[in-house]
Amino acid sequence: MSGFSNASTTRKKEDSSASSDQCSDYLTIIISGQMFGIPVLQIQDVLGPQKVTKIPLAPPEVAGSLNLRGRIVTAIDVRRRLGLGPAEAGKNRNMSVVVEHEDELYSLVIDRVGDVLTLQTKNFESNPPTLDPAWRNVSVGVYRLEKELLIVLDVSRLLGSIKI
Amino acid sequence: MDDLIAEFLTETNESIESIDADLVTLEQNPNDMDLLSRIFRLMHTIKGTCGFLGLPRLETVAHRAENVLGLFRDGVLDVTPEYVTLIFESIDRIKVIIAGLEETGSEPQGDDSGLIARLDHVYESRGGGDSDEPMPDFDGTAQAVESAPPVEMIPEISAEGGGAEAQGETEMIPSVSEEAPSGGTDQEHPPAVAKAEEKSDSKSDAQGAPKESAVSAQSLRVNVETLENLMTLVSELVLTRNQLLQILRAQKETEFSTPLQRLNHVVSDLQEGVMKTRMQPIGNAWSKLPRIIRDISIELGKKVDLQMIGQETELDRQVLDMIKDPLTHMVRNSADHGIENPEERLAAGKPETGTITLHAYHEGGHILIEIADDGKGLSTERIRKKILEKNLATAAELDSMSVQQMQQFIFRAGFSTAEKVTSVSGRGVGMDVVRTNIEKIGGSIELRSVEGKGTKFIIKIPLTLAIVSALIVEAGGERFAIPQLGVRELVMASQTGQNRIEMINGAPVFRLRDHLLPLVTLRDILGLSAPESANLADGGRGNRYVVVTQVGGYLFGIIVDRVFDTEEIVVKPVSCILKNIDLFSGNTILGDGSVIMILDPAGIAKITGEVEALENVGAKVGEGRVDARQKTSLLLFRAGHGAPKAVPLSLVSRLENIKTSTIESTGGNMLVQYRGQLMPLVPFDGGVNLDGVEEIPVLVFTDGVRSMGLVVEEIVDILEEYVEVQISGNSGGLLGTAIINGKATDVIDVGYYVQSVNREWFKTHGDDPYEKDGQSRRRVLLVDDSPFFRNMLTPLLSVAGYEVTTLESPLAALKLCDEGRTFDIIVSDIEMPEMNGFQFAEKVRSGSQWQGTPMVALTSHATPQDMDRGRAAGFTGYIAKFDRETLLSTLAQTLSEYGEAS
Repeated sequence: MSGFSNASTTRKKEDSSASSDQCSDYLTIIISGQMFGIPVLQIQDVLGPQKVTKIPLAPPEVAGSLNLRGRIVTAIDVRRRLGLGPAEAGKNRNMSVVVEHEDELYSLVIDRVGDVLTLQTKNFESNPPTLDPAWRNVSVGVYRLEKELLIVLDVSRLLGSIKI
Repeated sequence: MDDLIAEFLTETNESIESIDADLVTLEQNPNDMDLLSRIFRLMHTIKGTCGFLGLPRLETVAHRAENVLGLFRDGVLDVTPEYVTLIFESIDRIKVIIAGLEETGSEPQGDDSGLIARLDHVYESRGGGDSDEPMPDFDGTAQAVESAPPVEMIPEISAEGGGAEAQGETEMIPSVSEEAPSGGTDQEHPPAVAKAEEKSDSKSDAQGAPKESAVSAQSLRVNVETLENLMTLVSELVLTRNQLLQILRAQKETEFSTPLQRLNHVVSDLQEGVMKTRMQPIGNAWSKLPRIIRDISIELGKKVDLQMIGQETELDRQVLDMIKDPLTHMVRNSADHGIENPEERLAAGKPETGTITLHAYHEGGHILIEIADDGKGLSTERIRKKILEKNLATAAELDSMSVQQMQQFIFRAGFSTAEKVTSVSGRGVGMDVVRTNIEKIGGSIELRSVEGKGTKFIIKIPLTLAIVSALIVEAGGERFAIPQLGVRELVMASQTGQNRIEMINGAPVFRLRDHLLPLVTLRDILGLSAPESANLADGGRGNRYVVVTQVGGYLFGIIVDRVFDTEEIVVKPVSCILKNIDLFSGNTILGDGSVIMILDPAGIAKITGEVEALENVGAKVGEGRVDARQKTSLLLFRAGHGAPKAVPLSLVSRLENIKTSTIESTGGNMLVQYRGQLMPLVPFDGGVNLDGVEEIPVLVFTDGVRSMGLVVEEIVDILEEYVEVQISGNSGGLLGTAIINGKATDVIDVGYYVQSVNREWFKTHGDDPYEKDGQSRRRVLLVDDSPFFRNMLTPLLSVAGYEVTTLESPLAALKLCDEGRTFDIIVSDIEMPEMNGFQFAEKVRSGSQWQGTPMVALTSHATPQDMDRGRAAGFTGYIAKFDRETLLSTLAQTLSEYGEAS
């Protein structure tokens, strides 16, 4: 179990010139090469690969459940949730981030965890209308970074719509 | 909300609960001064505190009610139902106000003038002691009285804060007056008064009722949430301990083992201790019932006596909360539907007052609660009509149903047989909800009702929900937990032979002793793929495990791939997004740290569509199960060739070692002098070699005063086993072969050996009941579905001189009855498929031509309840299956009694 601090060793500031602007911190995660962000304050834990118990009959997005220090956490396969195919073998570390949603813990299984970024709201934009509806549903908007785009995930929408 | 008010609410709610119960008791014992003082004091405390907290509406009501209570106490006013009702109304009003207070933090708006006027009227008229007329209808004049409050009360209200309070106490219990602080000095400090009052209260209790004060002095009010948290922590601790123990088991020698063992014990104790804090006496759930019964009996003009036994039985708070409403509902039902009007009762020859009995007790890790009434019972006719009306079954189906099966229909939704809907019950929401609630917590409910005699519900619930024992199984490579509560037994099914799984059009079934057990494959219903080798229908790996599971009265088998251990688990709710999977009741963390899903047997039964069948097969399978699980004590011995032999121990009188030198021989028979008589010895299987043997073991069978000995080679063991004779024996002397202790064992036919001795031995003894009058042999009809017993009893009875006809089912017997055959006595088994012994007896007794024939029930469980039921059904005698002596003596006695009578 790698601690949260490990994942946040490097902390960069994108575009530090506009310091008057409002900032928020995001943990970046990589799924299928695309960078996503989740507000840091929503994240409870960052985990390495875990032993997951499969749950029969559960929605396909549910990867199973795991034991996090005595609490049972439901693991969500975010790739599946976003309609992406299974990851190529050996390429990813199968990490997960643990978030709380309606008093329950969920671990979002993703490919990789990146840095924590402090981003300025002036670089934020709402979702482009051409975005895949499946993605638009779980995304709040997009940050323009220097080299790439970061999609902000809305955890409650990501989890809330999973139904049997 | 104000802390003080919150505190007040908690306290008052408690007081009010106890007032309810106390008042009902008071109504029955109007002269109980202690009780009266207690009620008065409670009301007084409420009033006093209200005044202090500034709750005028509550205070007024409490004050006026207290006035009337004061009249009771002073003996000015008799405790009559009208006045008690008035006090109840006041209490209800107080409850309403308190509920409002709880919600909003302030007193709700409302008009109490009518109630207050009536209270005042009673107080004034009685207080003056000049009027004896009953409570007048006050609606018209209420306003007038309210607008002009009696003058003499005003000073008392104003003196509320201090003096009056202490004075009230002093008045009530004079002996306290010295200890109570003088009212005057505390005038400015009402809280101090409240405290002083409490103190003097407990002191007076100490004098009047030492028990109570001891309890109250040692108890502490703890927030439920704190306890719940504590429980969760302990649960975690238990799990961690389990993990540690698992690690310990893998390591042979380590210095950790001693401290870990110690930890183990402490944690166990801790767990038990914390569990205890969650335990509450069931009486808490019952406290409202006397009031409810009282109101119902007044409303419906019935006389009902509620008896509560075992209030102190403790169970988990969570469980208690879950059963509170079902219990209330059922007691209400009993009073409303069950108990008849006084006139009807008298007409039926019952006492005018009906009795409802609540009885709670522990039994093997469960709490049993019985709710019994001596009312009219369930009307089969009315249930029948209702079933047809609701199209739940056809008339033909109903004809083949037993009374019990029909009664099960009351657990269906929307099923109420009350003729008219009363405010109390009859709306048809009820028993189905009750059953669902009880089954939700892993309990079961059973119903016994005899028309005209009464109804009894038996609820069986687990002690606690927090920690359960579960069986860990594997299916499709995943592990699952099945709560031990629903697991009846585990059976290993092989691919071939007797214990194999058979298919009916693709549906797997299993022969479990006398019944066909429907099976579900866990892998299939969970949608898991089969691990390569095993496949149900063909070859594969071989053995499969069947977890025989019971849900309510419905028995079915779950096929799993592997069975591991049982483990104590803490049930944790599944996450929201998994809530809709009926098959799981929760999840947990095992000792090895992995997460595991807990299967819900009820959900499995439901998802396989078998819940519909539940009502129909429930009764039958349930009874069959009891029979099937009956163990028999067997004596294992070795004699002759081949397999070990067995004989039911109950048939053997003694085991003896007989010296070969004492054996004599006459006319080719071996004899031995045994207890002053000659006893014939029969060697098993023809020949036993006596040469060079000093002693031989002998099984002695006795009938009356005569004995015979069966010579065997070696007595091996005595053990308890389920006996299922699987292969019938062809050779004489063997009933067949059964698997006993994992080995094929021949079960011997004692009758054969007894008969092989010269019959005269057994015929000529003096107390032979049948031939002494020179009568022809008595004819016995023996009905038993088990060939084992038929084979065992037939020779026994025929040797005893009866002419025996055996039949395997009551239906066949009834056919004989129609054909006009007659018998002197009928001996019948109770647990049989198709029709059980009770139904058989009822059929025979209800106008068949065998109506006058004595019937003796033969059963493997002869509890007093069973006997009562047997008698009610029409059996003359009730005998335990293996009690040979009693069987013979009962037969002889019954026959002679009937002989004399006819």
